[in-house]
Amino acid sequence: MLDSALSIFRTGRNLARLMEGLGITLQISAAAVGLSLLLGIPAGLLMAGRRPLIPKLLRLYLEIIRVMPILVLLFLFYYSLSRFLNINLSAMTVSVLVFTLWGTAEMSDLVRGAVSSLPRHQWESGRALGLNEMQVSLYVVFPQIVRRLLPGIINLTTRMIKTTPFVFFINLPDLLKVGQQIVEVSGIRNPLSSVWVYGFIFAVYFAICYPISLLSRYLELRWQS
Amino acid sequence: MKIFNFLLLVLVLAALSFPAQAQAAGELEAIRAKGKIRVAVFSDKPPFGYVDENGLNQGYDIYLAKKLAQDLFGAPDKVEFVLVEAASRIEVLEANKADVVLANFTVTPERARQVDFAKPYMKVALGVTSPKSAPITDVAQLRGQTLIVNKGTTADFYFSQNHPEIKLLKFDQNTEAFNALRDGRAAALAHDNTLLFAWVVENSSFVTGIEFLGSEDTIAPAVKKGRAELLTWLNEEIARLTEAKFFQEAYQATLGPAFGGTVDPKSVLIDELK
Repeated sequence: MLDSALSIFRTGRNLARLMEGLGITLQISAAAVGLSLLLGIPAGLLMAGRRPLIPKLLRLYLEIIRVMPILVLLFLFYYSLSRFLNINLSAMTVSVLVFTLWGTAEMSDLVRGAVSSLPRHQWESGRALGLNEMQVSLYVVFPQIVRRLLPGIINLTTRMIKTTPFVFFINLPDLLKVGQQIVEVSGIRNPLSSVWVYGFIFAVYFAICYPISLLSRYLELRWQS
Repeated sequence: MKIFNFLLLVLVLAALSFPAQAQAAGELEAIRAKGKIRVAVFSDKPPFGYVDENGLNQGYDIYLAKKLAQDLFGAPDKVEFVLVEAASRIEVLEANKADVVLANFTVTPERARQVDFAKPYMKVALGVTSPKSAPITDVAQLRGQTLIVNKGTTADFYFSQNHPEIKLLKFDQNTEAFNALRDGRAAALAHDNTLLFAWVVENSSFVTGIEFLGSEDTIAPAVKKGRAELLTWLNEEIARLTEAKFFQEAYQATLGPAFGGTVDPKSVLIDELK
C-alpha cells in the first residue's frame, strides 16, 4: 500500500510538479503579505488619525474589499479588465494584486485597532515633548503596537496561504490544482491516489502554516516577559 | 459556490450592454506574427485534456491543438495551452486570454449566442453512471434520489430543465464529482457519455447504465464572436482533417486506449460533415 502511494510521487515529474505548484502558492503569499505590511501599516495609522476625510475613505475601501469574495476580485481583474478596458494582466500579476488589495485592507484594520487600543495620552505626551505627528507614530506608537499586531498578522498570513487555491480559476496551477491533475491521471489505475495526494498536500500546508504560528507564539511569550 | 453563478450573470449582463466589437481583419496574421496559437484546454479530464505525469498536456483535444499548430506554423509545439475549468471556457475567449477553446466544448444554442463554434470534431450524448450493485438504467429510477453533475455542463442544464424531481449535487471539478460518486454521496453521476465510458473501464465496480440520454450533441472548437477569419480557417481545417481521416488517427492515439475497446469509434466520431 505504501508502495502504491510512493509510486504516485515517483512517477515522472509528479513530485517536481507539486513543488512547482507550491512555488506559485508561496510566491503569491509572500509577495502579498510583504506588500500588505508595507501599505497596510501606514494606511492603518492614517485610519486611526483624526483628519476629517482620509479615515472615512479608507474605511469605505476596507468595507468594499471585505464584502467582495476573493474570487470576484480575481475575475474582475483577470477577465473584466481585459475584456472591457483591454488591460491584459498576467494571472500572476492579478493574483498578487488581488491578495495585496485584500491584505492591505485587513492589515490596515488590524493596525487601526491596535492604535486605538493605546491610551490617548501616549499621543499627547509625545506631542508635548515636541515630536511631530510623523515622529509620534514612528517612535511612540509603532513600537507599542507591534506586539499587539503580531497575532493578527500571523492569522492573516496563514489565511492568505490557504486562500491561494482560488488562483486556479484564473488559470494558474497552484499546489492543489496540480494535485488534482495528478489524481485524475493516476486515479484511473490507483483509486487510493486521491487519499495519498490530498494527504500530501495537507501535510505540506501544515508544514508551512504550523511553524508560522509557532513563531508567533514564541514571540508573544518572549515579549510578554 | 453561488457566487460563481452570480458572477457569470453579472458578466453576461455586462456583455449584453457592451456590443461585441468586431476584431480587426488579419487575425490569422496576428496569430502568426505572435508565433503561437493560444488554445484553452482542460488539465484534469482524461482522455480529452489532461496533464500527464511529466507535466505535459495530453489527450484528444490536445492532439487536435497540436495539429492546428502544425498546419499554422509547421511545428506542433507552437501552441500555448491555457488551462481552464468548465465554467470559464466562454470567459477566456471574451477576455481574449485564448484564441481557441478546445476543451470538450459541447455546442448548445445558449453558448452559441456568446461564442462562435466552428465545425464539430466529435459527438456526444449524456450518460449516467452508477454503482454495479445498484445500477440506474432508467431516469425514472432517479426520482427523489441525488444525482451528481458538474456545474455549468450539459448534464447540469439537462437535468435542471427536464427533471426538477431529481436532486442535483453540483461540483465545479471532475475530481470532486467522481470522488463523491465513489464515496456513495449520490445514487448516480451524469456526465458526457464519452467521459463515463473511459471512467468505468478503470472503475469496474461502476457501470454506465444509461448510455445515451438527451439529444446527441456535437463538440466543436469555439472562438470569440466576430473573429470571422479565424473561424473560417478553423472550418476549412476541420473539413480537411475529417476528409483525411485525421480524427480516426486521433481516436486511436488517445480515446481508443482509454475506452478499452468497449466503445465503437463511430459513436464518438463524425464521419461526414453536413
